Amino acid sequence: MDAGSELAPGGGPDGSELPLGRVVNAAKAFITGTDQSVLAVKDVSFEFRKGELVSLLGPSGCGKTTLLKMMGGLVPATSGLLELAGNKITGPFPGVGVVFQSPTLMPWRSVVGNVLYPMEVLGKNRAEAKARAHELLRLVGLAGFENAYPKQLSGGMQQRVSLCRAIIHEPSILLMDEPFGALDELTRLEMNDLLLDIRRVTGATVIFVTHSISEAIYLSDQVLVFSKRPAVIALRLEIDISYPRTSKIRYLDKFTEFERRAGMALGVVK
Amino acid sequence: MRNNLFRILNPCAGLAIILLAWHFYIVLLKVPPVVLPSPGAVGVALISNSHMLLSESWVTFLECIYGFFLAMAIGIPIAVVMTYSRPLNSMFYPLLVASQSIPKVALAPILLVWFGTGLESKLAMVFVIAFFPIVVDTATGLRTTSPELLELARSLQSSRLQTFFKIQLPSALPFMFSGAKIAVTLAVIGAVIGEYIGANEGLGTLLLSANSQMNTALAWAALVVLSLLGMILYAAVVLAERIFMPWGHDGEAKH
Repeated sequence: MDAGSELAPGGGPDGSELPLGRVVNAAKAFITGTDQSVLAVKDVSFEFRKGELVSLLGPSGCGKTTLLKMMGGLVPATSGLLELAGNKITGPFPGVGVVFQSPTLMPWRSVVGNVLYPMEVLGKNRAEAKARAHELLRLVGLAGFENAYPKQLSGGMQQRVSLCRAIIHEPSILLMDEPFGALDELTRLEMNDLLLDIRRVTGATVIFVTHSISEAIYLSDQVLVFSKRPAVIALRLEIDISYPRTSKIRYLDKFTEFERRAGMALGVVK
Repeated sequence: MRNNLFRILNPCAGLAIILLAWHFYIVLLKVPPVVLPSPGAVGVALISNSHMLLSESWVTFLECIYGFFLAMAIGIPIAVVMTYSRPLNSMFYPLLVASQSIPKVALAPILLVWFGTGLESKLAMVFVIAFFPIVVDTATGLRTTSPELLELARSLQSSRLQTFFKIQLPSALPFMFSGAKIAVTLAVIGAVIGEYIGANEGLGTLLLSANSQMNTALAWAALVVLSLLGMILYAAVVLAERIFMPWGHDGEAKH
């Protein structure tokens, strides 16, 4: 139930040998009508270590978002096993942080109020929470905007607030569902670097859903390429390019080779 | 700056044109004052009866306000219950919608029998007419809460009560205010209908009695005050909206 909620972030992908999370033969079927069901996720298995950034890459509507929600305990698996820090995931647990495609901030709360929301629900000490919120906002370059309302911010800035909200309670796993998909290309590149910075500072373990090949490779330790629905893993890529990464790596032969292989697995490169 | 000035001046100019047309229509066609008083006569009636108009409008004002708050106090909890209880919703929501086919004016004589000629029957009339938009808009607001925010709350294992007060209620607030704006306008109509059917005081009563005494200028003066009352009540709701929803302002530039 409360898988890993006590875990502090930290460490890197190179830390421990034991995986932090495991997904074994996970499947999800949705009932659509009488005796009819649609398979969204089929027989997916993978592991990840603490501090790792794993991308779930696939075409729109392939079921990768469903898989992400299963990992957050928000959607129950039909069969298979999902595990975090040795605990079976059976329902929602606060050790998870979520970032959606749209910032989904509360328009009635200030920027800092939005970031503080999880701490309020979890009943954390307000003064400490506030200090951490300000620290996080500074980290994402929003110092000075603490008391602004979300509608006064641009889309990219709103998504940064959303990111702060997702990590303020130091979740053991950060689930991101196409978080930069709605942003323009330049903002998106900026946000990619910001995410890597944040991961470096907080040591967060990130599961990142995207349909951008280059984004997945640029960010991740591990890329899981999914087929069309039902989601099955078509290819698993271990991205052995060292961090910290900068835009220069996009022009490495290795990088384009990864892109080609992912593209072939997706069927967009012949 | 120039544009703002015109936004205020232009309607004033429009009003002046209408009043002038009205005035010359009466002078040129020699319309008897009983049929239609001149704008000047209405102005005179307004000033010479200002004391009475003010005290009668206070009565109508209270009827509107009390009835409006009664409609809010009962309508909002009903909307909440309808939103969160599927069985109650399916049992009573269709009936509530169907009940709106009853012309509210037709209820007035019945309410008079039940509640008498005092404040109570006006309250009931205002309530009956103002209640529905509040229920519908509040329920819509609660239902349209962002599913992602609800998911976020769920992942944090937020209690139902916490989710309601921290997410759903504030999400519904803009809808509740748009319902309240409609309701407060309808409240004035309800109060006047209530007074027409049977009352001893209030602007509606004054209008009726002035009319029956052929004092058309006073009847028109009462009409002017009634419309002012409606505007003031509406403005009060808009003001409350700005106070309770400071984030809801438009016109703040993005950075």
